[in-house]
Amino acid sequence: MTERAHLAVVGAGPAGLAGALAAADRGVRVTLVDAAEQAGGQFYRQPARALGARRPEALHHQWRTWRRLREGIERHIAAGRITHLTDHHVWAVQRASDSSFTVYALRGPAEEEGATVRADAVLLATGGYERVLPFPGWTLPGVVTAGGAQAMLKGALVLPGRRVVVAGTGPLLLPVATGLAAAGARVAALVESAAPVALLRGAPALAAEPGKLAEGAWYAGQLMRHRIRTLSRHSVVEAHGTDRLTAVTVAALRNDGRIRPGSARRISCDTLAVGHGMLPHTDLAETLGCTLSGPTGTAVRVDDEQRTDVPGVWAAGETTGIGGAALALAEGHIAGRSIAARLRGVAPDPRSWAASARARARLRRFFAALEAAYAPPAGWADRLTDDTVVCRCEEVTAGAVRTAARSLGAGDLRTVKLFTRAGMGWCQGRMCAPAVAGLTGCPLTAGRRPFARPVPLGVLAALPDD
Amino acid sequence: MVGAACALYAARAGLDVRVVDRGPVAGGTTGAGEGNLLVSDKEPGPELDLALLSARLWSRLGDELGTAVEYEPKGGLVVAAAPEGLTALHAFADGQRHAGVEAHPVDADQLPFLEPHLATGMAGGVHYPQDAQVMPALAAARLLRVSGARLHTGWTVTGLLRGPDGAAAGVRTDRGDLHAPAVVNAAGTWGGELAALAGVRLPVLPRRGFVLVTEPLPRMVRHKVYAADYMADVASDSAALRTSPVVEGTAAGPVLIGASRERVGFDRSLSLAAVRALAAGAIGLFPFLERVRALRTYAGFRPYLPDHLPAIGPDPRAPGLFHACGHEGAGIGLATGTGQLIAQTLTGKAPDLDLTPFRPERFDTDGGDTP
Repeated sequence: MTERAHLAVVGAGPAGLAGALAAADRGVRVTLVDAAEQAGGQFYRQPARALGARRPEALHHQWRTWRRLREGIERHIAAGRITHLTDHHVWAVQRASDSSFTVYALRGPAEEEGATVRADAVLLATGGYERVLPFPGWTLPGVVTAGGAQAMLKGALVLPGRRVVVAGTGPLLLPVATGLAAAGARVAALVESAAPVALLRGAPALAAEPGKLAEGAWYAGQLMRHRIRTLSRHSVVEAHGTDRLTAVTVAALRNDGRIRPGSARRISCDTLAVGHGMLPHTDLAETLGCTLSGPTGTAVRVDDEQRTDVPGVWAAGETTGIGGAALALAEGHIAGRSIAARLRGVAPDPRSWAASARARARLRRFFAALEAAYAPPAGWADRLTDDTVVCRCEEVTAGAVRTAARSLGAGDLRTVKLFTRAGMGWCQGRMCAPAVAGLTGCPLTAGRRPFARPVPLGVLAALPDD
Repeated sequence: MVGAACALYAARAGLDVRVVDRGPVAGGTTGAGEGNLLVSDKEPGPELDLALLSARLWSRLGDELGTAVEYEPKGGLVVAAAPEGLTALHAFADGQRHAGVEAHPVDADQLPFLEPHLATGMAGGVHYPQDAQVMPALAAARLLRVSGARLHTGWTVTGLLRGPDGAAAGVRTDRGDLHAPAVVNAAGTWGGELAALAGVRLPVLPRRGFVLVTEPLPRMVRHKVYAADYMADVASDSAALRTSPVVEGTAAGPVLIGASRERVGFDRSLSLAAVRALAAGAIGLFPFLERVRALRTYAGFRPYLPDHLPAIGPDPRAPGLFHACGHEGAGIGLATGTGQLIAQTLTGKAPDLDLTPFRPERFDTDGGDTP
């Protein structure tokens, strides 16, 4: 199937939807390409239709914003201005010599059929993925990512377990803990490695965001209401169990990030939802040749109009730096307006999106302050025992990575990968790269992944000839 | 890889060796290589002689280092789809046998015993037991470690030091000078730039290749299997994209599919035309691959010289400078022989092979960095 559209939007989360809507409102024909069965992305993840949920809004914030967005998109779909391709998993975007673009996707839940979309411009709204940091026992069944637990709750309306510990660092832990508790799980503890005082250091930027403060206060109320014990400046140091998780050991952290001796205690649980923040999805942008930047060198660089440095390619949302749904909406909106103008060959007037630009500036400051506060605790990598698996796909242990670094002289992610196979498997290092970087003390750089997803050779062999 | 082998054999010959690289170990073409140790794709001549010497040395290193470098003497299988191709392949193999290659014709009905999942309807093939495989990055790292040479990774060579007599006396780097009476240029695809620092011309150019890597599979492909037209592509002078599938299983599980060849400079961007051709060719050899997923693809830049032979040995234009580069797509395989020959010339011994065909200055007379 080949369609001709003016704008291809990759990703139907907040950024992609806002961009598609803003562009379609201004007469651009849009094809929205997304891997999920329904629009919404992770933030506005919808329960599967078959479940017939009556009150999905109970699990969501900003339901009104979402409804407005969805109604706008549906209006354009009905009018034929937006085509929404669901279950389309994009594995590459290529820019042709005539400056047009081809989006390559795999269709269907089995991702076995090829599909292409032609476009004159592309908006990359590919979102982010969770940063996973290993610890002894993290591969036991019953240990899930915080985002994974949230997706189960929002998308499948199921709880990952009965007695849950939520742990790690970052603002995602609050909605996960309160969401699980509200849905009926017993949340035995919320274990946050950052100290409340760390948040104060970013106080001016944080206080400038009254909406976020109110949100924080609301969560604090929810934690009290569900009697969730919060252990700040604590970390899960080990997960226990033989066939599956039965308990975790948590310990208090000193100011230098080390374990405070004698502080370890055991908490029994059947589920551990662990998260350490998010990383931007940059594969498609990197293969298109977009420059990556950002504090960790792993986000797509954009200008004030959300343009990347590759002509015809815009990016918005988490892919340009982690900042949550409200920032994604603002960036997507600006991108959509910029695209609508640029496709007509005129320069857009930034005053037309002044409110979004102000929100963007404020939220970027806010999340920069949050990121500094919620950094993984220093010394976490030293606590990995040599037999802890860090790369699950290829079953590479922390000991093997240390050996590659110490005795074979590997000093960067690519060389560690070549020597140990860490990062060569199914996830292509998305999962283990932060751990390998922590173990070897090398910077976390964005990997080069020309295939953003595994592609059947039969699909490659049948690619259209152009 | 070639530098690591030079370091190993030079150290074993009693020399004190330093290895300088502006990147990490195996950061250039080695890290993008498949680890082919092939005699099967070479016609009789100096390169085949070097390949046979190298194969013997690799086999010894395989005994010594074993699984640490994932050495696998798995053998190669070259197949021909049509009878005409098979006739040409047999003639080619006859010539190789006279040069010392083990090459056994395989009838069409015998192919399934060697490769049960091979496409049916092939005309026949030739089995090359001397072909082998190694994991190139691990091999480079292990050889360096075993050599005991001091490693200076992340140091960039910026110039050649010269003694009062004008002979090479070491290298200047961005981290300081390293003094040595002999300098070996094993800079691979960037060997021409290093030669230029010494004021001599060595027309090494990049020839891009893509490799496709599949999801891990149980052992479905036992040998290095490729179509007979691969040899024609290797020897080709064409700048345009040429692909002929080389399919092999690995100890770790994934199937590797090479090898496209095109001259496009150092352009790393994804070429869907190249991966499409690789995928189609591989499915032609092994139909089961159609539903197998490629997890990744990457590009490497083979260092080639106009006559497709490497430069090995002392450079008479720059006394004290030795070259060991320009091995095109065979650098992993030819590394051991090259290292041994370099060690022999460094220590004044007679080299195992006549180095005349590999003279680094040969392009000054025949003029040829064309076409």
